[in-house]
Amino acid sequence: MATTAILPNPTRTAAQTLTIYRKETKYEFLKLMRTRSFSLATIGFPVMFYVLFGLSNRNSFTGGIHIAKYMLAGYACFGLIGATLFGIGVGLAGELAAGWLELKRASPMPAPAYLFAKCASAAAFGLIIVSLLIAIGTAFGGVKLSPIEIVKMLGLTIVGSISFASMGLLLAQIVPANAAPGIVNLIYLPMSFLSGLWMPIRFMPHWLQGIAPILPTYHLSQLMLGVFGYADTISRTTHWNALIGFSLIMLGLAWLVFHRKEQNS
Amino acid sequence: MPLSAIAFETESTPADAPAITQQSVATLSNIAKHYGTTKALDGLNLTLRPGEIVALLGPNGAGKTTAIKILLGLIAPTSGAARVFGSNPREAITRTRVGAMLQVARILETLRVREHLDLFRSYYPNPLPVADILRTAQLQGLEDRPFSQLSGGQKQRVLFALALCGNPDLIFLDEPTVGLDIESRRALWHQIRTLAAQGKTILFTTHYLEEADALANRIIVINKGRVISEGTPAEIKRIGGSRTIRCRTRLTKEFLETLPTVTQVQRHEHSVQISASHAEAVVREMLLLDETLTNLEITSPALEDAFLALTQS
Repeated sequence: MATTAILPNPTRTAAQTLTIYRKETKYEFLKLMRTRSFSLATIGFPVMFYVLFGLSNRNSFTGGIHIAKYMLAGYACFGLIGATLFGIGVGLAGELAAGWLELKRASPMPAPAYLFAKCASAAAFGLIIVSLLIAIGTAFGGVKLSPIEIVKMLGLTIVGSISFASMGLLLAQIVPANAAPGIVNLIYLPMSFLSGLWMPIRFMPHWLQGIAPILPTYHLSQLMLGVFGYADTISRTTHWNALIGFSLIMLGLAWLVFHRKEQNS
Repeated sequence: MPLSAIAFETESTPADAPAITQQSVATLSNIAKHYGTTKALDGLNLTLRPGEIVALLGPNGAGKTTAIKILLGLIAPTSGAARVFGSNPREAITRTRVGAMLQVARILETLRVREHLDLFRSYYPNPLPVADILRTAQLQGLEDRPFSQLSGGQKQRVLFALALCGNPDLIFLDEPTVGLDIESRRALWHQIRTLAAQGKTILFTTHYLEEADALANRIIVINKGRVISEGTPAEIKRIGGSRTIRCRTRLTKEFLETLPTVTQVQRHEHSVQISASHAEAVVREMLLLDETLTNLEITSPALEDAFLALTQS
């Protein structure tokens, strides 16, 4: 075998790059699907809660708001955020701790492919959860949705997944892997409750309602409710700005932590 | 091993230097790596030549893994230069010709062996065919098993298989046989030798001295981030010095200590253990003086002793 010290320049073709992105995403999704503790919990909890609390309100209307429909938006957000925080936050923390990511970094894998696969898989789970909720709501909850409303909901699901993926990236790096599920729950569950994802915020004590506008979950849920015309009086632009601002801050912090670790390693 | 025998005789020549001049595959020149005030590497020099199997041997914390990570471009040295195939290992393009087996707690448990290989192969421009990888890593028949359902040895072989996916010319194996039983360990040695026979260069770290002895053409002993010795296994052993004699004898400890070249005598319940560089002379004397002497046994220094002598000085 001829051994030369000169490196040939095997530039990757666009097709090869595309293949890497496709396979990385496929296997990330398969991994999540086969990890029962993830797939059963992230799909099961929002579906179960919606069946218990949403469907029981199939005939409740207050001030022109159909409660079962209102709750569909809340549990859609609850489901997609759970899939993203657990899929990316807990998943990445585990892969960092186990040395798996390091092994991949030692290969010529393009790093963006790894991040893309994580975001795309989380979004796919979000879409599965929201589609299931829509199906349950329309079939058993008396919820009526126009095709436009469904498309908007699914679009917001993707947006929400990407937005909360940034928080997942940050958490994965600052939280120890074995404590990650607990810590994510400690952040995710109170945040969901305080933002009115479980029950309409107007039913909560007034002093609690004041907390909601500082939470990103609240702004995502208001955008989702806006699809049905159920949003609060704050303008939609404000909600968008809040969500984008939150994502950028999380991404910036994640990048800073990553950079600092990289320099210290 | 004829090669080491030659080196033994002509001790002035450098270790098994091939007659033909060869370009180096990878080099570390005067590498330092500091973590705060801790010096993981402290002026490390290392050269890998094509087709050789090199063992990086040292106690825990000697800097073995750090050296590998610098060669893989995973971390940047504080000072000094690292070159792999003439390029900076921090550049992603260098990695297409390199394979690595790192100390990984676990990889994605729910993916099957075939899926892991499919994913890793996609990263490389000229991947090795799956059948070749499975054969080399002895994973035939396990393709459809999820990683979680493999035994410890099989898991280690999957990690080895991942290192082969890109058909690399240079392979780094960080503690490749840690936690393996002796049979699996020997099987992996065989696979590593097969790769070297194909012209691939292999650098592995180990703290199993037997492994460095059995597998490497060249051993680089490092401690506290520096190279403290380098040579063929035979050369490294010679540094350790004396041989060991074990037997049952009536001769007293005090008398045995007076025999030529004896450095140490230990009396156990039924036997004595004598360390001496000229074992034959000692044994000849003992046999003359004690006709009841039985259970005689002479052993060459284990690499372990040489290694301890080196790293403790």
